[in-house]
Amino acid sequence: MSKEPVAVVGIGQTKHVAARRDVSIAGLVREAARRALDDAELTWADVDAVVIGKAPDFFEGLMMPELYLADALGAVGKPMLRVHTAGSVGGSTALVASNLVASRLHSTVLTLAFEKQSESNAMWGLSLPIPFQQPLLAGAGGFFAPHIRAYMRRTGAPDSVGSLVAYKDRRNALKNPYAHLHEHDITLEKVQASPMLWDPIRYSETCPSSDGACAMILTDRAGAARSPQPPAWMHGGAMRSEPTMFAGKDFVSPQAGKDCAADVYRQAGIADPRREIDAVEMYVPFSWYEPMWLENLGFAAEGEGWKLTESGVTELDGDLPVNPSGGVLSTNPIGASGMIRFAEAALQVRGQAGDHQVEGARRALGHAYGGGAQFFSMWLVGAEPPTT
Amino acid sequence: MRHARDVAIVAFAQTDTLRRTDELSEVEMVMPVLHDVLRRTGLKAGDIGFTCSGSSDYLAGRAFSFTMALDGVGAWPPISESHVEMDGAWALYEAWVKILTGEADTALVYAYGKSSPGEVRDVLTRQLDPYYVAPLWPDAVALAALQAQALIDAGSADEPALAAVAARSRTDAESNPHAQLKGEVPPGEYLVRPLRSGDCPPVGDGAAAVILAAGDRARALCERPAWIRGMDHRIEPHSLGVRDLTDSPSTRLAAERAGAFERPVDTAELHAPFSSQEVVLRAALNLDDTVRVNPSGGALAANPVMAAGLIRLGEAAARIHRGESDRALAHATSGPCLQQNLVAVLEGDAR
Repeated sequence: MSKEPVAVVGIGQTKHVAARRDVSIAGLVREAARRALDDAELTWADVDAVVIGKAPDFFEGLMMPELYLADALGAVGKPMLRVHTAGSVGGSTALVASNLVASRLHSTVLTLAFEKQSESNAMWGLSLPIPFQQPLLAGAGGFFAPHIRAYMRRTGAPDSVGSLVAYKDRRNALKNPYAHLHEHDITLEKVQASPMLWDPIRYSETCPSSDGACAMILTDRAGAARSPQPPAWMHGGAMRSEPTMFAGKDFVSPQAGKDCAADVYRQAGIADPRREIDAVEMYVPFSWYEPMWLENLGFAAEGEGWKLTESGVTELDGDLPVNPSGGVLSTNPIGASGMIRFAEAALQVRGQAGDHQVEGARRALGHAYGGGAQFFSMWLVGAEPPTT
Repeated sequence: MRHARDVAIVAFAQTDTLRRTDELSEVEMVMPVLHDVLRRTGLKAGDIGFTCSGSSDYLAGRAFSFTMALDGVGAWPPISESHVEMDGAWALYEAWVKILTGEADTALVYAYGKSSPGEVRDVLTRQLDPYYVAPLWPDAVALAALQAQALIDAGSADEPALAAVAARSRTDAESNPHAQLKGEVPPGEYLVRPLRSGDCPPVGDGAAAVILAAGDRARALCERPAWIRGMDHRIEPHSLGVRDLTDSPSTRLAAERAGAFERPVDTAELHAPFSSQEVVLRAALNLDDTVRVNPSGGALAANPVMAAGLIRLGEAAARIHRGESDRALAHATSGPCLQQNLVAVLEGDAR
């Protein structure tokens, strides 16, 4: 049986900031949705279904927010689904929405992900009480730091690689008007001199806490034909999960990430991702995850990811730009962060990424992960419609 | 509407719904059900094409509670998996869509909820508009009472009629080994007028799981698959002030899109935690007395929050599996006063 091809014809983001005190949660999501509709030159009435995602409800203190947000997202009288797969949720949400189109149940779907972190304190929202978790494992950095240290030991990567990533991503963010952190006076020395938070993760190598939302309009072949702007076409998409912790788990390069990437490449007909993919929007909340994921996603051989980063390949003007938008390191409304990766990949192949456009980008990968590096979601989008 | 593939519910399992399960973690509650549903088909976790679950962090009282439940599935080697922060009925919907795309031939769907660690009446207030309504803490029973009173004021029901719904449900539940409240239950005192304790669901903990399969896989796994002829869900405005609480237009629309009105059904499993909500749903779905409604006892007999909707789909399918129904309607709801509703139409092969 054949699937309907899926196209991205509208993308909207809010300007991500530490606190959007001027809008309610409903106001925040509506802003992104409205921009996505404007981009597609569609109205609320053109949307057949809404798929919404965010990270845990505790971040805003609102249980199952899709109920309260139905009106703000024009969902009344329509199907509305709420996805939650931890940090990978923004990507998973887009994939669930894409399936509604691919299955031909709906022609045009609005998908949106958000987080309004200023409504609470995510650091403590993620610091689970005993007996669920051991004490002093505060926030996500405390969980991931030992795995970064394991990567450094395993590959012999020099201490300097993490700061290179942060310096690159923060400079890229200066070219992205929606990015949260715009550090105009950033220097490599400043990154390296920033305080150590969770050894080896320094303050400037961590993501911020952001308020923000990201929305996309997904549609079928007929919808794409009516699109006023060039569509981004979905060539492959997949989710993979593995248990949080067990003796055989490789926290440095989880099997679920490898399998997920392999599935996407198979669907998209990609044999050599390093050569055939033009830009990557990768989920890098702590700088060292760039070299780690370069290996996990098959862009570098095992132990070689840090060499790509160090040689400048992942710079905006490099051979394989990673996070031209500034990435999660510059903007992190947690539930939306995965969808921003997916949307930024689509912007690249539509040629609409503005100052952070990768010249001639034809195929781009959007990547997200979540939980204890156990949930993965990815898609590959292209400027041309899929041939199969 | 004719779908690209025939997909069926081929197996269903559920726990007993219990008032408290202090000795069990969520994982421990879910695992036996997962084993049970897999055993019914002979499948192993690794044979499943797609897995999807439904639950709520707010019941567990901790963020990312579902990540631990996944460990119970045995997700190694890694699996294709997703989760909705909703009742498991919507997880089943996501899994059905996935199979329709052709990316999977089988799916495992599970849902669980432990209401016992908190006060579920209060917990559910956190679903409401966080700026204008939730700070007032209007609890789930109070909101349902508003709906019940509106129904009585409209002349669509009276208190004895509501009591009769509850009595019938609990009598039917006597043949359901998993039900929590069964047999003769007194109408009880008013909890919030006009609702008496007998009009309200028991508070309980429970889990459920379902296996879906497409076409010949379904036939190989189940003697009489419960084919999903259609499934749809719709949401209404959140604010109670802009809704007619005596009607459920979202249920009617979902039923229409699912094909429920094309031919009569013989059975309906309705997710109506309050007696008054069954009255609203029956009217929206045009169900007359020829339709067997909630032979399991429904949510008035067992209401494990986040699993109760999936259990309606499972109970309806199980009746088809057993040859007790040929065409059944299953319904699930979410949100205050039936805000969001899902309808599925299930059919067995002709006998």
